[in-house]
Parts: sequence; structure tokens; C-alpha cells
Amino acid sequence: MSQRFRLPSGGHVDRSKRLSFTFDGRAYDGHHGDTLAAALLANGVRLVGRSFKYHRPRGIFSAGAEEPNALVELRDGARREPNTRATVAELFDGLAATSQNHRGSLAFDWMAVNGLLAPWLGAGFYYKTFMWPASFWERVYEPMIRKAAGLGRASGLPDPDHYEAAHAHCDVLVVGAGAAGLAAARAAGATGARVILAEQDFLLGGDLLNEPGLEVWRQESIAALEAMPEVTLLPRTTVFGFYDQGVLGAVERVADHLPQPPAHTARQRYWTIRAKEVVLATGAHERIIAFPGNDRPGVMLAGAARTYARRYGVRAGETAALFATQDAAYDAAFALAEAGTRIAAIIDPRGDSAAMQRAREAGFTVKPGCVVTGTVGGNALRGVEIGAVGSGGRGDAVPADVLMVSGGWNPAVHLASMSGSALSWDEALLAFVPGAASQHERSAGACRGVNGIGAAAADGAAAGQAAAVAAGFAAAPAITLPEAPAPDHRPYELWEVKGRGKAFVDIQDDVTANDIRLAHREGYSHIEHAKRYTTHAMGTDQGKVGGLVGAAVLAEAREEPVAKVGLPRFRPYTSPVAWGAIAGGEVGQHFQPVRRTALHGVHEALGAVWMDAGIWKRPAYYPKAGDADAWASVKREARAVRERVGVCDVSTLGKIVVEGPDAATFLDRVYANTFSTLQVGRARYGLMLREDGIVFDDGTTTRLGHDRFFVTTTTAQAGPVMQHLEFHLASAWPDLDVSLASVTDQWAAMSIAGPKAREVVAAVVTGLDVSNEAFPFMAVADCLATGVPARLFRISFSGELAYEIAMPAGYAAQVWRAVLAAGAPHGIEPYGVEALGLLRIEKGHVAGSELNGQTTAQDLGLGRMLKKKGDFIGRVLAQRPGMTDPSRPRLVGLRSVDPARQIRAGCHLIVDGRSQGWISSATQSVVDPGWIGLGLLRDGETHIGSVIVAANPLMGEEVPVKVVSPHGYDAENLRVRA
Amino acid sequence: MLRIPCPHCGARDEVEFIYRGDATVTRPGPDGDVGAFHDYLYLRRNPRGWQVEWWQHNGGCRTFLKVLRHTVTHEVRAVATATETLEVPGA
Repeated sequence: MSQRFRLPSGGHVDRSKRLSFTFDGRAYDGHHGDTLAAALLANGVRLVGRSFKYHRPRGIFSAGAEEPNALVELRDGARREPNTRATVAELFDGLAATSQNHRGSLAFDWMAVNGLLAPWLGAGFYYKTFMWPASFWERVYEPMIRKAAGLGRASGLPDPDHYEAAHAHCDVLVVGAGAAGLAAARAAGATGARVILAEQDFLLGGDLLNEPGLEVWRQESIAALEAMPEVTLLPRTTVFGFYDQGVLGAVERVADHLPQPPAHTARQRYWTIRAKEVVLATGAHERIIAFPGNDRPGVMLAGAARTYARRYGVRAGETAALFATQDAAYDAAFALAEAGTRIAAIIDPRGDSAAMQRAREAGFTVKPGCVVTGTVGGNALRGVEIGAVGSGGRGDAVPADVLMVSGGWNPAVHLASMSGSALSWDEALLAFVPGAASQHERSAGACRGVNGIGAAAADGAAAGQAAAVAAGFAAAPAITLPEAPAPDHRPYELWEVKGRGKAFVDIQDDVTANDIRLAHREGYSHIEHAKRYTTHAMGTDQGKVGGLVGAAVLAEAREEPVAKVGLPRFRPYTSPVAWGAIAGGEVGQHFQPVRRTALHGVHEALGAVWMDAGIWKRPAYYPKAGDADAWASVKREARAVRERVGVCDVSTLGKIVVEGPDAATFLDRVYANTFSTLQVGRARYGLMLREDGIVFDDGTTTRLGHDRFFVTTTTAQAGPVMQHLEFHLASAWPDLDVSLASVTDQWAAMSIAGPKAREVVAAVVTGLDVSNEAFPFMAVADCLATGVPARLFRISFSGELAYEIAMPAGYAAQVWRAVLAAGAPHGIEPYGVEALGLLRIEKGHVAGSELNGQTTAQDLGLGRMLKKKGDFIGRVLAQRPGMTDPSRPRLVGLRSVDPARQIRAGCHLIVDGRSQGWISSATQSVVDPGWIGLGLLRDGETHIGSVIVAANPLMGEEVPVKVVSPHGYDAENLRVRA
Repeated sequence: MLRIPCPHCGARDEVEFIYRGDATVTRPGPDGDVGAFHDYLYLRRNPRGWQVEWWQHNGGCRTFLKVLRHTVTHEVRAVATATETLEVPGA
């Protein structure tokens, strides 16, 4: 199809560059400089989508970011992006767009039946209807609503593009590059200030793009700004939020105007801009009038029709009518007449005005004192019904295929409001304008109600200069300003034409004036409540064209002024922002860092199966040929430790050096047990409580010297423990002379455990007598391992004779290899986290599943560790009655009565039909084959020896388990001390 | 998006810091009873206005700093080390 609505000349499109695109599979042509909406109109495409709730036919309503209707899916495959506004989508060659929200074809949508059901589909329909029976919600109602709801479809595929985050600092940020913004940036730039000028459009100029007579000034201004080294121009950049302390967020569409981003180029860039001063020159949005059928394709904002004619060289239709309440809108009629569109009528509720006289002189039919009472047509507008103000009913019809509507102009106060500025009501403009600034910002031009290009530019220049001066720069000579008459923007107060039929206040969300009144009748009279009850102003346009109209309808129902009703609170984002831009580069493997131990390569070579422990990668187990399954590997490794010897990488434990004259005093206060009595060269198990008395963490702490301790923490709590120590040193005991250093990454460590551990250690370590007499349980000493400095600890987590050997991380691999070599004659096996867990459950040691932030020392059978003398964190609050209640769940051992029946962590422990606790850890024993576990059970000791039920209702399992002591394996610790 | 001037590292973005609450509560001494510890742990003034707070420069020098912040405007007016005292305006 040729572009039969394209004008032969004029505007900012390049007719020498022809771009092909498709809409719903049909091929069309457009030009460089078009938006998708402009190109569709040029080809006479009016029907572009179906509405959200009633599936009514919808067309192109605006020419900018405020678009409520023309939402389409852009691109195909993984790049398909739903709910894209055709009015801001820059046309490129090969663009493929699809209409949304219809079953069947766009022209005949089966879901339009919702329109016939409309009397039952008003505001609050879902809340009232889908109530009964309750069981229907999950199975019937929710899937049905989900299928019917929403507009476009997400691609469902991984986003093939990448996005980046950028930070910028400037003296003056100017938002918007219309006349006010260009002038502000020039005036601020002239002082030498660092200026950023951000504009959401791909062309700078705003309304200047509709004024051929001012093109010279526009181009001069851009050239002047480009010549200033301290000025940065950011076209295609939407500033979406104004945050605290002069921070604004913006998204730059780097490559959305291309079929796909060039290699190594981000699709979008997410800017965090810190500005000393901000000039908001965001312009104004023309607003709708609520009248029956105001959503029919062909109805559009007057300024939009003017923009399509002047900027894009496109006639919005053959025959146009204008429904306006103020003189400023009349230029649209002149612009369309120049473009060759017949002006059928100008409908204006006012009696007379300067613009009406000019219109009559131009030969237009002007209908003063009249309003549009309805529209005629199906999928496209065919005529407009006109009646006298207040007459009610349907009026005479005038044929027209375009109805240009202008109910006045709403200053775009979104960013000013987000900055903290209270809005104030302008009685002349019938709109909210920014009030006093609460941050370093000022509004200029139409966004504060200063209308007309000349006046807005002058206002912008003053604001730009004032901003630069406030940022510490000396005022510069004035810039030249464009001369242009200021049309009168003061409207006649007309929000709604009452009549039969749907009069929309929010076209995108299908919210009618009647819905607003219904919300009021049902008690949702606050604007914030009415918004949520009706979904008014909640779409991608955030009520830019109809938000205030809805508020005015509510005001009338409340019999209060609009100024008192106000608008819902403005929040980021002012315009839709892609999730990809927000996520930025932090996706996939960059979502979070991976932490690897110094032995990672060694484990990899051994074929380890990995397990995530926080961000750490730890070997879960090392499968071997012949292992039937994972359990076979795990049990083989555990059996090696119980029977011979095994080696395990324990480098992920947190390690903190505590040093200083008061180190022992400090540890006595942060641990529930005592460390000041610990001898140099000895380790001790320590229990740390939170201030509320709950167990926080455990680990061994070694005294390396009189004033020097080496604290270990669990892997999971390494960071929090460090912070806990730092906080108390700063806040509670700043008088203590103690220094803390995290050395987790500096030291690698491995545990060598099993009856043959001593033989292996003796072969690897030199300079140390490791006999039981010279180096007993809990001894610690420096030594050499494979000739490198190392530290040997005689500590055990497995319940076997065991050593931990720690060495500077860089030497870990060579020590590991030496251990494996020395252990080979004894049948050594490397063991992973699963076997480690199996061994400690058999032994009855608590770990993260038991230290779960709900358990006390008494609960875990560790109550006797709490020292009786001296202060420590958690001491006082651990004595509260609820914490010491003897009936609290206590640690017990569990064993499945039938060794073949599995028990699982998380099972309820059922006693006499009631849940009295839970299984915290479960595994298979290698000492006494069968399923075993640890759990927390009310009155645990009294149940020892009895059989209860481990229930897992999710899996329909009820397994009889015997309650036993948690310390069944080598209760006297003979093996550990051997 | 706060910017906090760390006395050791310079002005830094809030993402480098961890908030740790009201810095005017002090841990009771060894004689403190359950009531005193309860108040220390759980009771906060939650003022509308200026508050001295703990912020740890977690992504920098790791120091716990006292920061005078306005809870409505988020203005940061003063920063001090743990042993220094910050006066609350109008308190």
C-alpha cells in the first residue's frame, strides 16, 4: 500500500529514505524520521489494537510518550517486546509489529463480547464476582482471569541483548529538549557548567519540531550546544525518576532504533545521574475530555494530529472535527487544513474567542456553546455527534474520520512531584503545577504552566542560568531567544460530557467516568483508593492524558474542588522501562560472583560434583566408576573416614584474627563460653549467641599468643560474624584495644580424618611431634607441610581422630597432593560436603540446620557452655522464661525403624497425633546402616527410646522413627582422643 | 540514593554501606537486667526528623560510622567516627 496520507513535503522525515515494515504481517512503507504510529497513519491504518478489558477497537491517540492506546508488540522471537508505544517507536527498515489483545483477527475480536457484558464488568467486578465457591479460585477463576488479562505477550525466551549501567555527575541536568530545555541548557552551558541535556525523543526540539518558522533557532541551539565541551546531549533518553539528594534515573535507548544492536553495543543504558541542580523542562500533556465513545479509532489529541501533520507530514484523516476548550488547540485545525484535510466543524463549549474568530475567518464551521455528545462508527470513526452544552442526549451528526480533542494541558509535573515538591492548583490553567522546590530543582516552560514557545524559551533560559549560578558559576551573557506568539492555554472547565455510552477517563485501563462514580458510591472516595479500585491511571501511560479528568469526575461526585481531590502520588517510572535495563549486566553468570577455594582445580580434576554454599562452590562428593548412585559415593567416602582416612577441603570456614591487649576480654564477651583461660597453643569450641539469646554461630577458636586469637566461623555466617564483632567493638566496647582481620581467603585448610590420620599427617608435616602425647586433642602448632609454613590443629568434626592443616592459600594444592600421596597406602579418599554432613549427623554435631536462628543453647544440649560469671552477648535475654522453658523442642537423634524407609529433613515429628517438632537433618548411617537424623522435639529427653512418627504430608509419608540420643556414636569421644 | 562522606575514604554511594540503626542506644552494662536489654534491643524512637545512625562502610574501610541523617529528606548533615558525639539539631 502506498503512503496515501503522506504530504509531498514538509516535516522532519527524509522522503528519500524509504523504510519497509510490517504490521500484523502486512507490508508497508515509511520514511526515516517516522515513528511507527506516523508510518501507520501515513498508510491509512487506524485500528491498531484492542482495549484491555472490553476489547474495544482502538487507534492512535497521541504522538508521544503519553500514548494510552497504540500499544503493540515489536519485533519477533526472543526480541519480541510487548506493550510498546507505537507513538515513540522509531521506525527502522524491517521492523515487524503486531497488534495485541484479540482472539481472532484485530478487526473481529471474539473477546469484544466483554463489551456486551459491560454492565457487569465495571470497577470492582473481580472483587465481587470471583468470591464463591472458594475452591474455584485456584482451579477456575485465576487461570481464566490470567488468560484474559494483560495486553501483549512476553517472548518467554532469554533476552539476547545486553544492557549496561552508567553513572554521570553534572552541575546542571536539563530534562527535556523543547524550547525551554534547549534554552536552559544553552544558558547553563554558557557559564561553563557541566550540563547534561536528556530528551526522550530521538530529535531535540519538542514543539519546535512543529514550527517550521523556528527551525533556524532550533538548529542554532543544537549547534551551539554541540560546540560546548562541557555539555552532553542525551537524545532517546527518558528520565524516569527523581530521587533523594539530586539523583535522577534515566534510560537511554542506545539501539532500539536499529533492527538489533550492533556488535558489542548495549541495547539500552541505565543512567544514574547525580546533579547539583536540575532544570525540569518536561513540557505538558494535552488531556482528554470524557464523552461517550471518546475511545473510537480516529479520536485523537488535537496536538497529536497537529504533530503528525507538521512534524511527520502525515494527514491524520480526510475530514476532521476539532473539539476544544481553549484557543491553543486551534492551531491543530489550521495545521490539518494546510495539510489538505477538510475541517468539518470546530466544537467549542465557549461562546466566542479570538481563535474562534480566526477560525471563522478561515472559513471553518465553528459551533460555539457546543460539545461532542458521541461518536459514530465501528472500527473507525465515521462521524461526530454535536449538541449544545448541557443539553444531554445525542446531538446532530457531522461526518468526520478524525476527531481532534483538547480538554486543556496538564503540565508534566511527574519529576517535580517525585523530587518532593508539593503540587499547587492553577485556577486559570485548571491543572496542577509544581509548588516550592524541596530539592535543588526548578521547573521551566510548559511543565510549570508557562506556555508558548517564546515564553517557555525565556523561562528556560532564566532557569538554566539560575541553576548554573546556584551550582557556583558566574552568569554569562544572555542567549538569543525565539520570537513566537503565546497562544492562550486557559481552558473552559469541561471534564465530561454526560450521556449514554462509555465515556472513558482512562482509555488504556478501560476506566469510565461511571466507574469513578461507582468507586465513590462504594466508599473508595480518596483518589488513591479510587485509583486502585478502578485501575484508573495505572497503565503504561500512568494517566498522562486522563488522570486529571478522572480526578475531576471524582471531585464532582464528592462535591469538592479538584484541587482538594488531587492526583494520586507520582512514583517512578514516568514511562515504561524494560526489565533488562534495570537488571543491566547483572544477569546470568554475572548475577552474583562465584567464590572458589584454592583447591577448586584439584576438586575439578577429581571430578567433583559441586554444591553451592552461599556463593561458594564446594565439592558435594567425588563420584567413582562403580558407584551405583550419589549415595554410593557419599557412603564410600564416609566409610573411608570411619575405617581408614579421608581428606576434605574446609577452606570455606570463616577465619578471623583477633589481636590486641584486650583480645581475650573481647572474646569472653562475644562468646557464651570463656576464652581468657585458654592456653597458648590450644583450641576450644566456642558458642556465640545473639543479643536476644538465640544461638548465632559456633566454631573453634585458637590462642596463637597471649594477645592473639584465631577465630573460625561456619561458612554461612562468616560475613555476619565479622560484622557482629566489628559492630560491638565500635558501639558497645570502643574502649577495648582489639583489632580484627578477616583471613578467610588467605588461609586454605583441609581436614584429615580417620583412624589413620596421624600416619598421613606425620608423613606430610615436619618440625612437629604429632604423637598423641606431644600433640593431644585440641592442640595447635605451627609446622612445615611439604616444606611450606603451615598450622596444624587437632580438631574433629567427624568424630574420628582428625587434624586440620592450614596453609597460605597458594600452597594448598601441593599440600593436598602430598596428603593424597601419603595417604595412598592407607586407602585415603577425598570426601565432600555430603559425607562431611553424614559424619557429623552420626556424631550428633549441630550445623546450620540446627543453628537456624530459632534455637537456644539449651535446645541444642549446649546449655552448660554458658558461663556463669561475667557479661557476654545474649546472657541476659537468654534467661527470659520463654527461652529457658524446659518444654521447648530439644535436640534428639532419630533412626528410621525400618532401615529401608527414608526420612527427610523438614518432616514433622508426630507424638500422639500432634506435631511436636521437626527433623532438622537426615542422612544414611554407615556405622549402623539405615536412615538416621537429628531433630528438635518437645520434651525430647523423655521420648528417648520410644517410637514416634516422622510425617511428610506433602509427599504422603508417615515413617515410624525411634528417638535416640544425638550422641550415639562413640559417646565417650575415645576415637577423637586416640 | 544517599551519599555519605566517609572520614576515611571520602564521599561514597550508599550501596557501599550497611545500615545498622539508631546510634544513640547504648548496650547496658554488666548489671543491666532483662528490661534494660529488652529496651536496648527492641525499642527505637523512630523519629520524624534528624537521627544519628550507625552506617558501616562495608564496601570500603569497614568502619562503623555515626551519620546524622534526616529521616524525611534523607539529607546527611554530619558524619563522625564511633567515639565521637554528634549533636541532633533541635534535640
